[in-house]
Amino acid sequence: MNELIYFFNYVVVAGSVTGSIYAMGAIGVTLIYSILRFAHFAHADMMTLGAFLVLLLTLLFPHAGEPLGLPTAVVMLPIAMVLTSLAAVGIDRVFYQPLRNHGVKPIVLVIASLGVTLMLQGLIRLFSGTGAQSLYVDARKEIFRLEVPGVTRPIILTEPQIILFVVTIASVIALHLFLTRSRLGKAMRAMSDNPDLARASGINTRLIVTLTWVIAGSLATLAGTLLSLDVAFKPDLSFFLLLPIFAAAIVGGVGHPFGAVAGGFLVGFAETLAVFNWSVLLRPLRDSLPSWIELPNNLALVGTEYKIVVPFFILIAVLIWRPTGLFKGKVI
Amino acid sequence: MTTPQHSSSRPTVPTRELVLFGGLIVVVLGVFFAMGGAYATRMLVEAACYAILALGLTIQWGYAGQFNAGIMGFVALGGFSATFFSIPVNHDFWSSDLPGRLGGVLLAIVAAIALVVAVSRIDRLGVPKLARTLITILVGLIAYLVVISWLREVTGDIESQVDFIGGLGLPVWVGWIVGGLLAGGVGYLIGHICLGLRADYLVIATLGIAEIIKAFLKNSDWLTRGTATISPLPWPVPSPGEVGFITARALYLSVTVVMIAVIFFLLHRAYHAPWGRMIRAIRDNEVSAAAMGKSINRRRQEIFVFGCVLMGIGGAALTSFTGIFDAQGYLPLNHTFLVLVMVILGGPGNNLGTLFGAVLVYVIWIMSGPMALALAHFVAELGGMWFDWQPGNMDSQALQARVFVIGLLILMVLRFAPRGLIPEKVAHHD
Repeated sequence: MNELIYFFNYVVVAGSVTGSIYAMGAIGVTLIYSILRFAHFAHADMMTLGAFLVLLLTLLFPHAGEPLGLPTAVVMLPIAMVLTSLAAVGIDRVFYQPLRNHGVKPIVLVIASLGVTLMLQGLIRLFSGTGAQSLYVDARKEIFRLEVPGVTRPIILTEPQIILFVVTIASVIALHLFLTRSRLGKAMRAMSDNPDLARASGINTRLIVTLTWVIAGSLATLAGTLLSLDVAFKPDLSFFLLLPIFAAAIVGGVGHPFGAVAGGFLVGFAETLAVFNWSVLLRPLRDSLPSWIELPNNLALVGTEYKIVVPFFILIAVLIWRPTGLFKGKVI
Repeated sequence: MTTPQHSSSRPTVPTRELVLFGGLIVVVLGVFFAMGGAYATRMLVEAACYAILALGLTIQWGYAGQFNAGIMGFVALGGFSATFFSIPVNHDFWSSDLPGRLGGVLLAIVAAIALVVAVSRIDRLGVPKLARTLITILVGLIAYLVVISWLREVTGDIESQVDFIGGLGLPVWVGWIVGGLLAGGVGYLIGHICLGLRADYLVIATLGIAEIIKAFLKNSDWLTRGTATISPLPWPVPSPGEVGFITARALYLSVTVVMIAVIFFLLHRAYHAPWGRMIRAIRDNEVSAAAMGKSINRRRQEIFVFGCVLMGIGGAALTSFTGIFDAQGYLPLNHTFLVLVMVILGGPGNNLGTLFGAVLVYVIWIMSGPMALALAHFVAELGGMWFDWQPGNMDSQALQARVFVIGLLILMVLRFAPRGLIPEKVAHHD
């Protein structure tokens, strides 16, 4: 049983954590793609920006969370979400909109987003330095140990992980309700379907574009902050996020928000399963195995240093066999 | 990307090119006198190596509209190849039983691949397709685990017994050519998968493959000594120890300049040949090019591989010149985005513009380090005088400002000079 608990702690919990983060990032990528028709490479840096703003606010007011019984960083989230959304809309107005008005090819917008990536990275590192910093400035991370009867090893969950699961579920449900029930959400879907027709039927496309950036910016802040809460804030966070969130968006079918959620969890679990050392699970069976099979100590599919290979191969596999993604995304 | 230009029938003096190149020569001479000859020749050699990379990207992005965001990976492959072929042979390794074991594992990898391919064909023997897929995945997984555990064992022994496998001790240029071929091979695989799809996918895939190549070179201690780095690397010309810094670097510079001249001439011929017109037709109007019976994907594949080969060769020349192989030294900023700025600023699709952009941007880049530091110290001094402000480590942060400036530069060029300083000239045949 101990091995199963170990499996639960290191695969189910860890996979859900990474999966939730990737899912929230991939939703943003997929929404921007379906409205503006380009792959937004600065998205992972927007996640870092959101987390960085939370870090700044937490450093300014380290005790704001105490009356509510939550970590200060979580209390600061709404403010940072507003600020990141403003930044996202500002970047769009200053850099992307003029290019769109010139009618450039989508690939030029992709290059522009790479430029934005560099600008954001430079800014964040200029102010934060290059080291890692904990978002728990003046507090301690709470760790819950759930004892399972009959087993020595407890199930371990931390406070940020629980907050992350709650926030992910809440935001996915909220997004679903928004897209299917509200007028604006329906207008958004209409625009993703056919921008010209949407404009002709009186939908304010500028408002929709702004709204897309607000939703994407807010989700990016949530994901970036909760990831930094779980581990620590690093200025090069985006580097580890970019490939997985794009793989997730493409696996789920570009332009398909729920596909992005599924893709996010798929990529997250694939990564965790690939670096998991399977010989831990096989160890209890060692005595019953035939003698010619020798159980190596390390049965992980890839070493942790090659984690980045996993989303890449998922991406390649999807591009070869099903370029539209699992849920039949939009344009190829 | 192309607006029609009505060129008059008689040739005019290329004022813009003359002015820009004249200015560039003045800038280079300025660096020459300000920083000394050794510094200036080093800068010029590196700028020349970057110019080869930039010509590679200008073929892909300027001629054909394919954007490669993983130049760093191809540079690293070229650099590895230059290192592996040119450094001296490690006799400890070759006299032990390790080469045989390593060869055995490599054979086992080939055998495992053959096995998996064979199993994936068993549906022709009447096995249902679903069962075939499941069996293939299972066999692949087991074969992978077995082979990888053998490989780990052998590479671990190599690291503990003989440090690393060493080189082949061949002339440097062999490594450069093989580096180009290796980069072209990887480019072929990536292009084969992505070029039929939207251009965005190529960007993601090249970004990913670059990081994977870097991770592999960084973590394969048995092959590249990993973070311990390999140095010194031999040069194709006499080394500074034999003939002095300036002469050695000038000789190296002449080698790279000859390479650029050959590449430039070939590209010029190709661009004005029917092949070049076909490439531009595909870029500007894919549908009509397809209607004319041009094989779009095959041409795209050709041009992508061709660009990658140039990147591999340029990366090999750059790494040999640096004299040290350090996988961690390959950075997206220095080896991907800097090249991107060179191409879009100089003029994508215009070889002369690309050369101009490469030298100009590299001069600015190399001088911006000391300038950013000086500016940071100046600001810190002012801050200390006026507000009694004691900044921490400004030096590393001042260098981060360069990241910001490169990003801003990309956006500004795209916005205000989308065709570069020396735009592509489209010939009209009336």
